[in-house]
Amino acid sequence: MTIWTDLLILGLVLTNFRLLASSRLLALINTMMLQALALSFIPLSLAGGSISIRLLVLVGATLAVKGGLLPWLLRRAMREVDVQREIEPFLGFSSSVLVGIAVLGLSFIITRPLAEATASLSGFLLPGALFTTLTGLLIIVSRRKALTQVIGYLVMENGVYAFGAALAVEQPLLVEMGILLDVFVAVFVMGITIYQISREFDHIDTDRLSELKD
Amino acid sequence: MLLCIVLLPAVLGLLAMIVPAKSLGRGLLAVGSAGHLATVVFAAVALSGLKTVGWIGGTWIGLDAPGLLFLGITSVLFAAAAVYTIGYLGREAGRTVRDAEEGFLFGNEPEARFIGCMLLFLATMSLVCLSRDLGLLWVAVEATTLVSAPLITFHRHHRSLEAAWKYLLICSVGIAIALLGNFFMAYAAHGRLHLGLDSLTADAANLNPVWLRAAFLMLLVGYGTKMGLVPMHTWLPDAHSEAPSMISTLLSGALLNCAFLGILRGHGILTAAGMGDFSGNLLVFFGLLSMILAAVFIIRQTDYKRMLAYSSIEHMGILALGVGLGGLARTGAMLHALSHSLTKGMLFMCAGQLLYVYKTKTAADVRHALHRLPFTGFLWLAGFLAITGSPPFGLFLSELTILKGALATGRWAVATLYLVALGAIFIAMARIILPMVFGRPEPEAAAADITRPREALWYAAPATVLGLGTLVLGLYVPPALWEFLSRAALQIGGR
Repeated sequence: MTIWTDLLILGLVLTNFRLLASSRLLALINTMMLQALALSFIPLSLAGGSISIRLLVLVGATLAVKGGLLPWLLRRAMREVDVQREIEPFLGFSSSVLVGIAVLGLSFIITRPLAEATASLSGFLLPGALFTTLTGLLIIVSRRKALTQVIGYLVMENGVYAFGAALAVEQPLLVEMGILLDVFVAVFVMGITIYQISREFDHIDTDRLSELKD
Repeated sequence: MLLCIVLLPAVLGLLAMIVPAKSLGRGLLAVGSAGHLATVVFAAVALSGLKTVGWIGGTWIGLDAPGLLFLGITSVLFAAAAVYTIGYLGREAGRTVRDAEEGFLFGNEPEARFIGCMLLFLATMSLVCLSRDLGLLWVAVEATTLVSAPLITFHRHHRSLEAAWKYLLICSVGIAIALLGNFFMAYAAHGRLHLGLDSLTADAANLNPVWLRAAFLMLLVGYGTKMGLVPMHTWLPDAHSEAPSMISTLLSGALLNCAFLGILRGHGILTAAGMGDFSGNLLVFFGLLSMILAAVFIIRQTDYKRMLAYSSIEHMGILALGVGLGGLARTGAMLHALSHSLTKGMLFMCAGQLLYVYKTKTAADVRHALHRLPFTGFLWLAGFLAITGSPPFGLFLSELTILKGALATGRWAVATLYLVALGAIFIAMARIILPMVFGRPEPEAAAADITRPREALWYAAPATVLGLGTLVLGLYVPPALWEFLSRAALQIGGR
């Protein structure tokens, strides 16, 4: 059912633009949750009629971790360090969206040789996944707050996961579970570090963590 | 049986975290490191008994020659670091310490968590060496980042937190890119195979070349971030300089090698698919770039622990270069990995001792170490000669082998750049280290320096053993070891 796949990828692209445009952390976390929702159903839409139990387990686990546990962890971290919004990012919000449009175009150009090598896939899957990955990177390098950077990392991870979604039908379950577990623990450890940073410095602006340099 | 190598430290590590009794934790560390060394030796004997097949184990977990080489390095370094840690914790744990650089007071991390994370670090690094599947390898490499971040923040202060944050974020992003590489590899295999090394190598001719190239590029950038290849190296000097010295030893000597193993697996698959030139040239390029940039930063360096960190970047560059060149240089690179880890381990332990006695990381404030700390001063000097590739140490032999390999394949430009970078680093490090060892202190500082601190056995013994190791490798490489290294080099080529 390519129409469903394409709609879900459209969901990825739209959520990316909202992530680039908003400054409130709560809005970022909610949008990320929405993105995870779209993401977890891509493997199902690609599988067509052949839905196996392990595929359902995978979709359930993705939903639980990316749509449930991670946003919960982030909200908790947000409350603990008492930060509401991203103020004065290195790249403004409207400029971020403009750069985002350029990146989207670029994603189509970059993935063309790869898409030609894999004719069986929906034409939007590869550009959509790459766009999500690059959006995550853009958020990491253009925002100040450590918490926003974690969100950027998760968006990037979503993009990578979207590349993998097309393969979910064939990938071993063990590996997929390992990936989900690693991402969860990564955010957990990052959350602890952010909490320690905020206690030590009274802020979580990473551009002011600049003592160590050459 | 192979699973024991991973499970033993993992179980002990969890136990150390759950039961926070002081004496128990240190005991578990000792048992964990000794037990790990024993199981690795046992596995090595089992592997050397084989003649026909190159590896033992199943489709997920197995041990081949390159895996055993890096596993052995990790195990030996960890044993040395464990001895150091037990002594170090006896001195540092539970105290409030005055910061050496800025003079403020800070506390240390709870000992139970520190020891637990150290053992888990050993378990995850072993899993990296044992993985026969690219997916499992990825999971293990990401796990090494997560369990080693708390090790960097053992000293709870703002610099270590900054270093840990950079380490976590940059390495996680890098490793996410490596995951992309894994998925690209699955696309190259038309989504049918699971990413077992053996099935990929056996079926290499049928892999899609466009996706395969993209996959290697992503693996190189991803694991290269963790390995410290320029320009993805930015986390490395911070983490190495802020972590306690035995953790710097493990990061530099064991972790960077493990990340390199991820790139080697990708290189092996491309070689088997007949695209070894593509991946080899990329490795040569990033290797030379790392060496040259490390040289630039060592020339400008004033902090001796950061100098060692940049030296690690240089040596990772040499490893990438040697493997990229292929042939004899690849065997040289295997020897280089071994000698570098031993030497760098010793140097970081010396640096820890210098930092403790002189209370500064600025090289210009450390003077006349040979007088005040005769043994450390001597090791520091010997370590300098070893790490810059002077005879009679192991690195001299391996760097010479790589040079011979470069000349044998007619890569004159590469060989020239390689020698220029090595020469520049020798001079730059001599300018930093020789005054530290021989320089006369200021008169008033000399008066304060009369006390000669005792050089504890827990530090001196492991440092000496590692130093002797690199000396022996320089004087005599046993034929069996050379054969083993050649086999490792051959297996990287996908055979």
